[in-house]
Amino acid sequence: MRNLSLSALGPLAALILLIGLGASLNDNFLSSANITNVLARSAFIGMIAVGMTFVITSGGLDLSVGSMAAFVAGMVILAMNALQPRLGVGLPLALVGIAVAVGVGLLAGLANGLLVTRVGIEPFIVTLGTMGIFRSLVTWLADGGTLSLDFTMREYIGPIYYGGFLGISWPIITFALVVIVGEVAMRHTRFGRYCEAIGSNEKVARYSAVKVERIRLLTYVALGLLVGLATILYVPRLGSASGSTGLLWELEAIAAVIIGGTALKGGFGRVWGTVVGVLILSLIGNILNLANLVSPYLNGAIQGVIIVLAVVLQRKKASVEGR
Amino acid sequence: MKILGGFLQPTSGQVLLDGAPAPWRSGPEAEVQSVVVIHQEFNLAQDLTVSENIWLGREMGGLFLDHKAMRRATQALLDQLEYQVSPDARIRDLPVSDRQMVEIAKALSRNARVLIMDEPSAVLTSHEVQILFRQIDRLRAAGVALLYTSHRLEEVSRLADRITVLRDGAVVRRALRGELTEDGMATAMVGRDLKDIFPPRRSDLGPVVLEVAALAVPPLVEGVNLSLRRGEVLGISGLVGSGRTELAEGLVGLRPHSGTIRRNGAPITIRSLAEAEGHGLAYLTEDRKERGLLLDKSLRENLTLSTLKRFGTPFLSREAEEAALGKAITDFDIRAPRRDMAAGNLSGGNQQKLLLAKTMLPEPQIVIIDEPTRGIDIGTKSQIYHFIDRLAREGRSVIVISSDMPEILGLSDRILVMRQGRVAGVLEGAAISETAVVRLVMGIRETGPSEKAAENA
Repeated sequence: MRNLSLSALGPLAALILLIGLGASLNDNFLSSANITNVLARSAFIGMIAVGMTFVITSGGLDLSVGSMAAFVAGMVILAMNALQPRLGVGLPLALVGIAVAVGVGLLAGLANGLLVTRVGIEPFIVTLGTMGIFRSLVTWLADGGTLSLDFTMREYIGPIYYGGFLGISWPIITFALVVIVGEVAMRHTRFGRYCEAIGSNEKVARYSAVKVERIRLLTYVALGLLVGLATILYVPRLGSASGSTGLLWELEAIAAVIIGGTALKGGFGRVWGTVVGVLILSLIGNILNLANLVSPYLNGAIQGVIIVLAVVLQRKKASVEGR
Repeated sequence: MKILGGFLQPTSGQVLLDGAPAPWRSGPEAEVQSVVVIHQEFNLAQDLTVSENIWLGREMGGLFLDHKAMRRATQALLDQLEYQVSPDARIRDLPVSDRQMVEIAKALSRNARVLIMDEPSAVLTSHEVQILFRQIDRLRAAGVALLYTSHRLEEVSRLADRITVLRDGAVVRRALRGELTEDGMATAMVGRDLKDIFPPRRSDLGPVVLEVAALAVPPLVEGVNLSLRRGEVLGISGLVGSGRTELAEGLVGLRPHSGTIRRNGAPITIRSLAEAEGHGLAYLTEDRKERGLLLDKSLRENLTLSTLKRFGTPFLSREAEEAALGKAITDFDIRAPRRDMAAGNLSGGNQQKLLLAKTMLPEPQIVIIDEPTRGIDIGTKSQIYHFIDRLAREGRSVIVISSDMPEILGLSDRILVMRQGRVAGVLEGAAISETAVVRLVMGIRETGPSEKAAENA
């Protein structure tokens, strides 16, 4: 972690402040049950946000991740329900579900990436389009209702969300691994450096023999993969998917990235900052639920204020630091 | 200059206007006091028209814009500048020299009392420079105080009543008109005598290392043949738009091309920059701010960007990168106040040295350097000339593309002149002279004393 400047410490300070606030308002806040709950819920958005960090750092954007998650969940449930008579409830069927999630996520990310890099359409437009397409497809597959996983299978895969290792639940472990890999990739590999270079100035990257299209494509594919991974953990929790699954996840993921100090216009990415951003967003909801201070219905409004505030503070710091 | 215009605050000292401390804290506030800066990098909105740009922020009209009045006023300004461009032309569609004129028109429209010009002639043709000078004389007669910054010493001695020479952020010489010759200015700028600005010529050239036949880079460049020997500096001259950069970019795979390229006699194909690097070719762009360096990134990240593969797989070694930066700073004399600063905060000359270090990091045998000294001071210029000479003496081959006539003449073993996308001629040895180059550049066949150094710009 280089340049631990004010702008890097800002989100961290806000997080610590929130934790202090939560602890003073409710005794249960620091209980291991509540902490596990907050972290496990953060894991879905968190993994997606780590992927989003790379997309945004390289100057891109992906609005489709929420719809993509719903679509992947729908496909997983359809595939598992269809194959259950043949494979029965058990590990093979669970593996099929995992393979479908990873495969569909990868293909969806590839579709976004190819439209951006090969066809050369603005990422905003491409993913605005695919956002509608994925959402509409899952609604159509569910015939306007809900796709539900067979109950016995749901029981069987329940431990993927609710179980754990050494008392830590699987979503948290997976999230932690994704974060570590993401942080290392951003700071210590060519891929991360190239993402920053492309986001900073695409022409310079091109003139420095960086394969701009390939790196860009990779960021979208990696994000698709992470959406698939998040879905694997999400399906056991609810066991269903509908047109409203994963609604507004894209905005939460993008907000977490921005709060964490990654520049929206690209060129600078901070994976651990994204994690802080995700935690800030889910802690706000958690605190509102635990304390009776403000109506939980205002969750979105408070999150919105935090997002705007984060960007304003970053801008101020940037101008103080010169230029 | 940025301090005078209100864009930076001084850390010590103060700016006085009419004997009182200057009341502005920002560029716009300075402009209200009629202190106007024309920046080296233009301050124009690309998608707006000439007229919209000139009146940006001070539009005429009330609730609705009075387009007609603004267009008329713009036309009047352009007429005053003797300049043929429509007030409705979009900046994006204008060549760089036209944009400069729009900047000047914009400054005139603000009734400037103090006008600060940062290298206004850098992108102008000699004809446009003459118009600029007439405007300057007119403004001076009208009582405007002008601060004119330029590397072009002949412009300074033509224009200035008083001359101040700065070096490394300090005033090294002040003089009145006539007190300081151009040579004297150059000496003051470099801090030593001018004689050794250009390195002595090399004598021993090796075998041909690169041969290009019938190279075409659509749509402009066609039928180019050239050869390059080991240890040679080949200059490429020509007007802006004659296809020099396109030729170079085609050669290193940045643009699609056709034709044959032979390296040490064997035919090769180059379809990408990576392939060019594999064959020992490297290209240093003329546009260091937009294509060469990541201005908001550190020196280290800039230096290693095109050669990251050498710094560890899968994990990059920060130590190896830092070591490479240390070596680059020594080898190329990069003067950076701090090692971890952003490349954009270096001076132009040091940015160019960093870019040179970046280009040389893969140890190319053939280097194409496009405008090696554009927008940098004369002291650094001389340093870069000596770097180029050193590269040639080390047995590398260098192609220098330049619009700077003394530079091409002073550096090159041979000079290839481009004209309208084709090779107009190649000059060698005793045939090299300014007149010969200019004649090829302008496409003049017979000797005509009236057509002397028109391409001195």
